[in-house]
Amino acid sequence: MAQYTENELAKDLDNQDYKFGFVTDVETDKIPEGLNEDIIRIISSKKNEPSWLLEYRLKSFEIWKNMAEPNWAHVKYNKPDFQKITYFAAPKQSKKYESWDDVDPEMKETMAKLGISLEEQKKLTGVAVDFVMDSVSVATSFKSKLKELGIIFCSFSEAVQEYPELVKEHMGTVVPNTDNFYAALNSAVFTDGSFCYIPKGVRCPMELSTYFRINAGGTGQFERTLVIADEGSYVSYLEGCTAPQRDENQLHAAVVELKAMNDAEIKYSTVQNWYPGDENGIGGVFNFVTKRGICETNAKISWTQVETGSAVTWKYPSCILKGDGAIGEFYSVAVTNNYQQADTGTKMIHLGKRTKSTIISKGISAGNSENSYRGLVQIQKNAHGARNFSQCDSLLMTDHCGAHTFPYIECKNPSAQIEHEATTSKIGEDQLFYCKQRGISEEKAISLIVNGYCKEVLNQLPMEFAVEAQKLLAISLEGSVG
Amino acid sequence: MIEIKNLHANIEGKEILKGLNLKVNAGEVHAIMGPNGAGKSTLASILAGREEYEITEGEVTFEGSDLLELSTEERAHLGLFLAFQYPVEIPGVSNVNFLRTAINEIRDAKGEDPISAKDFMAMVREKSKIVELDSSLASRSVNEGFSGGEKKRNEIFQMAMLNPKLAVLDETDSGLDIDALRIVAKGVNTLKSADNATIVITHYQRLLDYIVPDFVHVLHDGRIVKTGSKELALELEEKGYDWIKEETQVG
Repeated sequence: MAQYTENELAKDLDNQDYKFGFVTDVETDKIPEGLNEDIIRIISSKKNEPSWLLEYRLKSFEIWKNMAEPNWAHVKYNKPDFQKITYFAAPKQSKKYESWDDVDPEMKETMAKLGISLEEQKKLTGVAVDFVMDSVSVATSFKSKLKELGIIFCSFSEAVQEYPELVKEHMGTVVPNTDNFYAALNSAVFTDGSFCYIPKGVRCPMELSTYFRINAGGTGQFERTLVIADEGSYVSYLEGCTAPQRDENQLHAAVVELKAMNDAEIKYSTVQNWYPGDENGIGGVFNFVTKRGICETNAKISWTQVETGSAVTWKYPSCILKGDGAIGEFYSVAVTNNYQQADTGTKMIHLGKRTKSTIISKGISAGNSENSYRGLVQIQKNAHGARNFSQCDSLLMTDHCGAHTFPYIECKNPSAQIEHEATTSKIGEDQLFYCKQRGISEEKAISLIVNGYCKEVLNQLPMEFAVEAQKLLAISLEGSVG
Repeated sequence: MIEIKNLHANIEGKEILKGLNLKVNAGEVHAIMGPNGAGKSTLASILAGREEYEITEGEVTFEGSDLLELSTEERAHLGLFLAFQYPVEIPGVSNVNFLRTAINEIRDAKGEDPISAKDFMAMVREKSKIVELDSSLASRSVNEGFSGGEKKRNEIFQMAMLNPKLAVLDETDSGLDIDALRIVAKGVNTLKSADNATIVITHYQRLLDYIVPDFVHVLHDGRIVKTGSKELALELEEKGYDWIKEETQVG
């Protein structure tokens, strides 16, 4: 942290606007906009899917049609017109990329602008990256090396073709297509995403990373991620997201399912930086995401998220602590500025005995934004000795933003211990003055104070990601004290 | 070093400083004493650049620059340091990280390269000894969970690290027990040189037993009404401030 604040912040702040707002000029294969059975059949056939998957999609579509868009979240927005969205857009390509050399130069340039030079990463950091642009996964690095260990890391469509039995067995078992409006929609129209399987007893030697990008206009992105950590295995998984600057609202409705078998551990980190809209609240991504994991006996799932982007965020990465001794963790920093709205938090469902969960949520509101934490801690009847600790802090940067906390606790077992702490504070004029008196500029002072405030969460991120997250925080909050 | 001429200042329409004059040369220690509400802390705040105050008249020259035209951080870059009466807590930010950021900002303003990690850590070890600060405090969050005495010692530690030209100590003795007072005073005395100066703002004579001033000024009703040597402090201790107030009214 020290190194970053000293060397790089000033440089980064020169480029404080949304720097991922460019559009890559690659030919796109888009299908007509709108949603009906025929569209779903087109998507399925374009992806050459088996019939069971088409049936699953069609069934999900039936379910979705009978559902209403949820309106309980503390957010206001114009509901998307689901018939005005294009549900499939793929960078046009005649063949699949067999190696990095085959990747379209324009696409390589996009990745370079996003700061993910795969070639560099291959050499330096040992992070395996899957890059999903619009609806199709375009490059997965390190595949062969991982294969030696029996680890499968590929795009979701590839998994459907290559490992259909694994996909069929696990897909929809954590987030069923009946779960909620957006999950049902995703189940009907999802186009690609990432798939990961870690075999028994294998510790994945590198961070697995997926980079999501919405590029084409008027499209939605509906990706599907499934991570399975078999017994006694370990994986750390990273997810990054950006989108071009557009006046319209783009819809992103993803489903992420994690399965941690007995004694397995999954660490899932997200830095979400979808386009947040401009300073008047025009444009930006609607980020309506369902993320959930199941922990079997003594398994552990840890969600870490840094949310700085999107016009509206609706997201509750959750853990079902099914097995005895299972552990769920949720570490979150959610920043909202200008007219952004975030309603985010987690659900910890304790089913097994001696299950443990930890929730650390740090909300930062600036401008005219609204930032809500919504969480559920549920202790079921048989969860003897279950424990939860929750801490929800809110930091206000201005007088006209909002911070809200909606913690729900349901406890059906008297032996459980539940602790909840919450604080709300305003960034102190006194703190800023103290820093300035020591010679520290206001921008750097804000960065110091905010990073200090978020430290418990940032510490959970892998090193490279943590640096990236700190820069994002500084950029998102530039000039926001008032 | 610093020259304050006919300084008038308001806060929320109320006049606090009413024509204050003060000149401090390099190598000198000045004590400013006075009753509650005389404007002592206001003076410290204005010198450091707090924005709540409105300067209506007067000028302040610091190291050849018009101080009142400079931002708070520019004043710090020029070598002005304020030891706060109530040091502020910054949770999650380690003292070390905070100081390294400050030192490098100051160096950057002077066109110097950032300090190396090795030099910096050596400096932390050396300077923390001056105020007998446990080295574990250096890695804890700025002032968070510090006792009152630790906070004040931390202020002097920061002063030692930043090596200012002019240090203003705003009631640094308040809330200190006698041992902490001695440590703080020893720190200030150690840092004293022919090139720097110190303004000690205090309520009580007690601190001046340890930090011996070259001049003692009495601030009353927004003006310096009396200046003398260290004996003046003893006289004030004995007789209180009332005789000064009377003397001023007569004058």
